[in-house]
Order: sequence, then structure tokens, then C-alpha cells
Amino acid sequence: MTATTLVVDQSLKSGRRKGVGSTVFAIALWACLAIICAFLFFVLAVIVQKGLARFDPNLVTEHPSRLRPDTSGVKSALFGTIWIMVLTALIALPLGIAAAVYLEEYADGTRWWNRLIELNIQNLAAVPSVIYGILALGFVVRGPLSIGAVLLAGAIALALLILPVVIITCREALRSVPSEIRSGSLALGATQWQTTWKQVLPAAVPGIATGSILALSRAIGEAAPLLLVGATTFLTFNPDGVFSRYTVLPTQIFSLVPLDRVEFRDLAYSTILLLIIVLLVMNALAIWLRNRYQRQW
Amino acid sequence: MTRSEQRTVSTEQRTNKSDTASESQVTIERSNTVPPVEGAPDGVITLKDLEVFYSDFRAVTNVNMSFGSREITALIGPSGCGKSTVLRCLNRMNDLVPGARVEGAVAYHGVDIYGEDVDVIEVRRRIGMVFQKPNPFPKSIYDNVAYGPRVTGMKVSDMDNVVERALRGAALWDEVKDKLKQNAFGLSGGQQQRLCIARAIATSPEVILMDEPCSALDPIATAKIEDLMVELASTYTIIIVTHNMQQAARVSQRTGFFTAEADDKGQRTGRLVEFDTTEHIFGNPSDARTEAYITGRFG
Ligand SMILES: Nc1ncnc2c1ncn2[C@@H]1O[C@H](COP(=O)(O)OP(=O)(O)O)[C@@H](O)[C@H]1O
Ligand SMILES: [Mg+2]
Repeated sequence: MTATTLVVDQSLKSGRRKGVGSTVFAIALWACLAIICAFLFFVLAVIVQKGLARFDPNLVTEHPSRLRPDTSGVKSALFGTIWIMVLTALIALPLGIAAAVYLEEYADGTRWWNRLIELNIQNLAAVPSVIYGILALGFVVRGPLSIGAVLLAGAIALALLILPVVIITCREALRSVPSEIRSGSLALGATQWQTTWKQVLPAAVPGIATGSILALSRAIGEAAPLLLVGATTFLTFNPDGVFSRYTVLPTQIFSLVPLDRVEFRDLAYSTILLLIIVLLVMNALAIWLRNRYQRQW
Repeated sequence: MTRSEQRTVSTEQRTNKSDTASESQVTIERSNTVPPVEGAPDGVITLKDLEVFYSDFRAVTNVNMSFGSREITALIGPSGCGKSTVLRCLNRMNDLVPGARVEGAVAYHGVDIYGEDVDVIEVRRRIGMVFQKPNPFPKSIYDNVAYGPRVTGMKVSDMDNVVERALRGAALWDEVKDKLKQNAFGLSGGQQQRLCIARAIATSPEVILMDEPCSALDPIATAKIEDLMVELASTYTIIIVTHNMQQAARVSQRTGFFTAEADDKGQRTGRLVEFDTTEHIFGNPSDARTEAYITGRFG
């Protein structure tokens, strides 16, 4: 009896030798993590520290001004960002959700054309955003549609940009709805359409909402495609419709940073802070939604 | 059957809506009439040379049997012998499996439900199904039961009444009458399964298919469902797949025994070995394989 216990004890203790390697590995991992966090923290700290100087009500109540940089704000850019976010959502979400529903609920995944579509969506998600800007410039601003450098053109560029991501996340949300729900509904005599509309989509809403918000928060942080489709960098009025000229926070930052007066640079830092706060709020909303509607199965 | 075929069927249903509403009218075209199986009970559903493939794999073959009205028929046999496959043919749930193909005929009141012009929605409304794992919808108890009548466009003057009758029919009313608006996920497993039965009978079907309905339940919940099945059999035709032979013996009037024996190429195809009254199958089986199975010598 005692002999057995002894053997067991020793074999347990000899396990410590292996522990050295894994400890080193764990420390390495922690170091990587610490470096990443340090960077993030450093960037955030700088922005907060420098951004707070001009983080006053004027930032959101005043339009940009070349003459009074110390009291001017970025009101037109904030409104432009809100406008373009709503418009992008109106274009990208219905299209993206519909495409995801087709691919998940209707398409026969063994057919070559459906597999081709899938592959292309994966690839499109990896296309740099500036390419979407060029596309919208050639086809929407000029070219066939020729609607000019207006809000709608920017929203179309951003909608194209986030569409692959929206489709992919919506498909994941639909796939997480258990197939028992579908067969239960169909077995009661519901059509495929009723099953999708009344059971699968409602059950997938939390996942779809979370994915959509994250995609939109990516869209409103973009400057490159909007610079290409002609978002202005200096505008003293809010957009008043989809065919209005516009500016947005990232392009505003882009135009403020190179200016050599220190007041402009302070304004740029506070604008960055404002954009980061908007993005954090959206991400927090997405996380809250995900936790609030934890999967019930 | 592919998903695209299913879509065609759904469009058909929309055009048929007006017929579906008038409840007792048979909307299935009587153009695919199938002669009855000889020697089998004069059934609500009759299977004639049924053969099912999953892509190239022949899962069951040569099934001829018939399900009597207001009887409980049990399908037993070792796992993988094709009981669920046969059951899913009876309300065309196999249409949902990509690559599944059905040969032979499944005659419902003499009409082949796999024939042309058959409204699959109407088939499923008349032939309901209860699954192995309770699968209530993530909705209220009330909405779970009302779902079937709503989607099939049944003309219902008083939905509350339909819901109450269905829940009473499933022996669940007394337990849930004060919490109809609560989410069905709050119910116990046994209650959820009885809710699924209530949901199935709310569309006033004639036949209820049950695929191992008690396998996820404890003995007390199982006993309740068994009592319920016996009670329901006075109104409905019930076909139950079970791996529990005592259950088959307790509740059913007729039993079909399936096995899957490997052929010379090593393919295991399910076949109906013996189909007779439950008394006969469990008391004096004709086939040696049936006897071996029910006495627990294999499977
Ligand atoms: N969806 C499916 N796709 C391919 N093969 C299947 C599918 N469902 C069942 N099978 C096969 O068909 C045979 C019968 O299965 P099943 O009907 O589930 O048997 P049982 O219910 O008697 O256990 C098994 O060999 C199984 O692997
Ligand atoms: Mg089975």
C-alpha cells in the first residue's frame, strides 16, 4: 500500500521538470502580450493627454474654421460621420443579410457556383479599402452613375467595403441557430420562407446585430476610400441629404494633422479622441448585445 | 431531394393557400393512387417497396408495411437499421437531407405523397412529427403551440381555444396555464417534449410520428409521455421509433422489426424483417432474428 503511494507521489513530483519549459513559454507569451498592451496604452495615453486640451463643447458645436482654430470644432465632420454610418447601414445590412440568408438557408453548397460565390466573398473581405474607393470613384462618382462627390457615393463605397464582413458574420449567426429549430418549424408545415423569417432570423438577430455594429465601426474609421470619392476636408455646414457634400471625422483628422499651427494640431488630437470614443461606444454596445442575448441553447 | 425542389414546393403552397384554409378538405390530388399492400392492415399510410438512398448509399430497401388508423405502431431494431430514415419518409422530412432519394411509394389514404402535384406543406400539417430531442422554439409557450396553425393558414376563430385544447391534449395545460407567455425554455425536458406534442396536435393532424421521443427523458417523464401516447391513440394514428423494447411492448398494437445486415459488398442496408401485432412479435415471433433481438441476444 505505502509503496504504491510513494511511487505515485514521486511520479507526480517528477512532473515539475516539464514545468520549466512551459513556464518559459508562458513568460514569453505574457511578454508579447505586455508589449502589445504597452503600445496600445501609450497611444491611448498620448491621445488622451493631448486631446483633452481642446476636448470642450466647441468641438461638437462649432464648424471648422481657418481663422479661429482655437475655438472652432468639427461639427460638420461628426454629423457627416453619423449620416454616412446610417446610410452605409441602410445599404449594406439589407444586402448583406439577404446574401447571408441565401447562402445559409437556400443555396445548395455542393453546386460550383455557390462555392465560387463563397470563395469570392472570402477574398473580397481581404481587399484593401482604398480599392473600394477607386471602384466607387470610377463607377459612382464618375462613370456610369456620375452622382458626384456626395454623401451617397461615400456610403456606397463604405457599404461595398463592409459587405463581405457583414455577409460572413451574418452567416455565422445563422449557422449558430440549431437545425432542430428549422426541422421543428418545417415539420409543422411551415414553408422554407416562413421558417427563415419567423424562426431562424429572429434567433440570429443578436449575432447579426453584433456583427453589423462591428462592421459599421470599421466603416466610420476609414479615411482612404472616402478621400478618393471626394469627401471634403473643410466644410462649414452639416449634410442635409444624401446628395449633399460632406466631410467625416477621419478625413478631418487627415487634413488637420499636417497644418503647422499648434491650435490645429490640438484640434486634431481632440478629434481623434472623439472618434475613438465613438468607436469604443459602438464596440461596447456590440459586446453588451452579445452578452445580453446569450445563446439559449 | 435538393433544396431547390423544396423551394418550388413552397411557391406551390402559397397559391394553394385558399384550399389549405378549409380544414377538412383533402387538397392532395388523387392522381397518384397506389394499390394497398396485401395482407397488411387497411392503413392510413402504406409503404410500397420503399427504398431510400443517401447519395449512393442505400440505407433501407424493400419496406412494405401499413399503419392502421388510431393505432400505435412501433418501429424497433438495432441502431443504424434505418428506422428514423423510414419515419422521415412518412412526412417528407427526408427532403431536407441533401442527397436523399426515395424510391417506391408512400401512400397516404392511397395517394403517393412523393407524387407530382402533392403539397408537401399539407402533408406535414396532416402528418406531424415529434423529435428525439425536445426542440421548442425560443418563444413563449403560447406562441410555440400557435405557430403551426398560424403558418399553415388554418382558419382559426379563437386561437386561445386552439392553444388550450392542444395543451390539454398533451396533458400539459394544468402545469403551464398560468405561464403561457413565458419562454418555453424554462420548462423541464419532459414538459418541453409534451409541448412539442401539443405543438404537433395544434394543426389537427391525423398522424403523429415520434422518433425516440423519450430517449432524452428521465423515467418519470417517460412514463408520462407513454400514458399520453396511449391516450392520443384514441384520436390519432401514432408511429413511434423506439430503442426501448419494453416501451414498444407497453404502448403499441403493431410492431415492425428492422435490421441491417451487411451484404457481400459489405454495405449495410436496412430491411423490415417482421411486421405483425405487438403481441405476436413479443410472444411468438416468426423470424429467428426477431426472437434473437427481443430476447436481447443481439443489437
Ligand atoms: N442524413 C444522412 N446522410 C447520410 N446517411 C445517413 C443520414 N441519416 C442516416 N444515414 C445512414 O442511414 C442509415 C440508417 O440510419 P437511421 O435511419 O438514422 O437509423 P436508425 O434510426 O435506425 O438508428 C445509417 O447507416 C446512417 O448512417
Ligand atoms: Mg434513429
